[in-house]
Amino acid sequence: MSTARHTRPVLAAALAAALLAAAGIAAPAAAAPQSGIVRPDSEPTQPSVQLGSELFAGNCASCHGIAGAGIQSPRPGAGGILGQGPPLKDVGAQAADFYLSTGYMPLGNPHLQPYTSRVLFSKKEIRALTMYVASLGNGPPIPDPNPAAGKLSEGLQLFTLHCAGCHQEVARGGFVTGARVPPLQGENARQIAEAVRIGPYLMPKFPKSQISDAQLNSIIKYVLAQNDPPNRGGWGIGNIGPIPEGLVTWWIAVPLLILVCLLLGRKLQG
Amino acid sequence: MRLWRWLVGFVLIRLLRRGKPAEEPAEQLPRRRRRPDRIIPVGTPERRAELLVVLFFALAVVCGIAFVVTYGIYKPRQLPDEALGLEMGLCLIFIASAFTVIAKRLVVTEELEEEYPSESPEEQEEIVEIVHESGSRITRKRLLVGAGAGAGGALGLASLTTVVSIGPFWATGPLDKTPWKRGVRLVDEEGRPLSAAEVEERTFYTAFPDGADPELIGSPLIVIRLDPSKLTLPPGRAGWAPDGILAFSKVCTHAGCAVALYRKPTFTPVEPNVALVCPCHYSTFDPFTGGQVIYGPAGRPLPQLPLMIDASGYLRAAGNFSARVGPGWWNVRSKPT
Repeated sequence: MSTARHTRPVLAAALAAALLAAAGIAAPAAAAPQSGIVRPDSEPTQPSVQLGSELFAGNCASCHGIAGAGIQSPRPGAGGILGQGPPLKDVGAQAADFYLSTGYMPLGNPHLQPYTSRVLFSKKEIRALTMYVASLGNGPPIPDPNPAAGKLSEGLQLFTLHCAGCHQEVARGGFVTGARVPPLQGENARQIAEAVRIGPYLMPKFPKSQISDAQLNSIIKYVLAQNDPPNRGGWGIGNIGPIPEGLVTWWIAVPLLILVCLLLGRKLQG
Repeated sequence: MRLWRWLVGFVLIRLLRRGKPAEEPAEQLPRRRRRPDRIIPVGTPERRAELLVVLFFALAVVCGIAFVVTYGIYKPRQLPDEALGLEMGLCLIFIASAFTVIAKRLVVTEELEEEYPSESPEEQEEIVEIVHESGSRITRKRLLVGAGAGAGGALGLASLTTVVSIGPFWATGPLDKTPWKRGVRLVDEEGRPLSAAEVEERTFYTAFPDGADPELIGSPLIVIRLDPSKLTLPPGRAGWAPDGILAFSKVCTHAGCAVALYRKPTFTPVEPNVALVCPCHYSTFDPFTGGQVIYGPAGRPLPQLPLMIDASGYLRAAGNFSARVGPGWWNVRSKPT
């Protein structure tokens, strides 16, 4: 099957294999090292389930288990990490595409919160992994939203009802107890649609009975519009609400007014 | 109850009255006569301006009293905010107008060239005298001071009236009642009945009582489905969550915000567990234990509504909430009616 291209992954994989053997557990063929992606020696030019399965075994299986069976209790994996992760049997192409195209996965440590970050796989590799994960069970396909068909005002209403509690009114993100809520700037329409349907990390999922595909188009249109929201005041101050607005009032507007008063007084005296 | 409100106002006015005479400058007359030559020329009295000042103060009193009366006659849920704001604002504006007229037309002004002479006692005395003499235009001092005290009193009284709402003398009956009772059907924001089958795990639903005002504090619900085997509801709540479907009041018990955050782990072993979170101050409630507070400023659990599934599969309330709904007040911990 897959062999590593560079020497370091080879060492790491060997070490991991030794560790796993010591633990008496059947090891995946090549567990992922702590850094870097393990790739087959010669990748085919087209994505395929075969390429996906090789990449999965090399980079994902230490947490998601062999063939995406999941690992419920911590199991020693590559790089000294205790692998642990959800099964991927019926998550489908939808979830795989979301987690990989946003850079949520691969995750350095299963206890970390995944964020939108640098994407480590190439487009072809993501396609192959998505195909492989989809082949594991009966999951939903990658959605194909059409935000152009949505209505911006309806999007605002629905976003306020379902999303703004966590993501804040102009999608700048925020906090929930125990985790950060990501801002939505820079996500594309497909990723937003996927996130709404699967509910990544701590986010609830929203099935079609709650948010129809047409409503989802409106929500996406609204979220995309928040990449560059209209700032009637001229300066958005990050669009994150009353605290920076208050700071600007007290530290900039008020001193400015006091200065004007002083200058007026000076002028009257002189 | 209402009597008490008037009593507070009366006592306040008496207190203000008693404080007033100390300001009377009775003993300062001899000092003024020490120097026969005045620094500031005697101003011509302006009776019309004085009348204007008294009128402004009187209007301020009327506004202040109107505020108290408005606060007294309306029920707490129906207080007319606009009228209260207008009365308070006008009261302040009339007092400001009175002071403006006093400054512009009643006080004889004398501009000082230098700064206040902190070194020379003689010059200081001179300034004191200037201040005294600047009141020479005023002919009806007692009337003006009385009117001013009245206006100040009315303003103070109006400001303090709102304190009554905190005290144990306000009718809280409307807060006790919720539209939920056994048999009331759960509907979504469009009035569509919510069936048990459509309630999925890993998501949340907002529901309202069928046929009742959704704006009532006791109306909105947050409905979720959990694994029934993992529930550890308090004793006495057996059967409150049919098929693991739970309903809680959507109004946070801390400050009354909507509990709009549903924290749902994708993979429970390495992520924070399921919780209902209020976005205002992050009060966090544990649905498995019937809404216990696990984090944040909320002082009591989120009230849970017992549910049942009717013959056609729709969700209905099986009774009223486990506790009173909404942010705290003095007897919030007693059982709901």
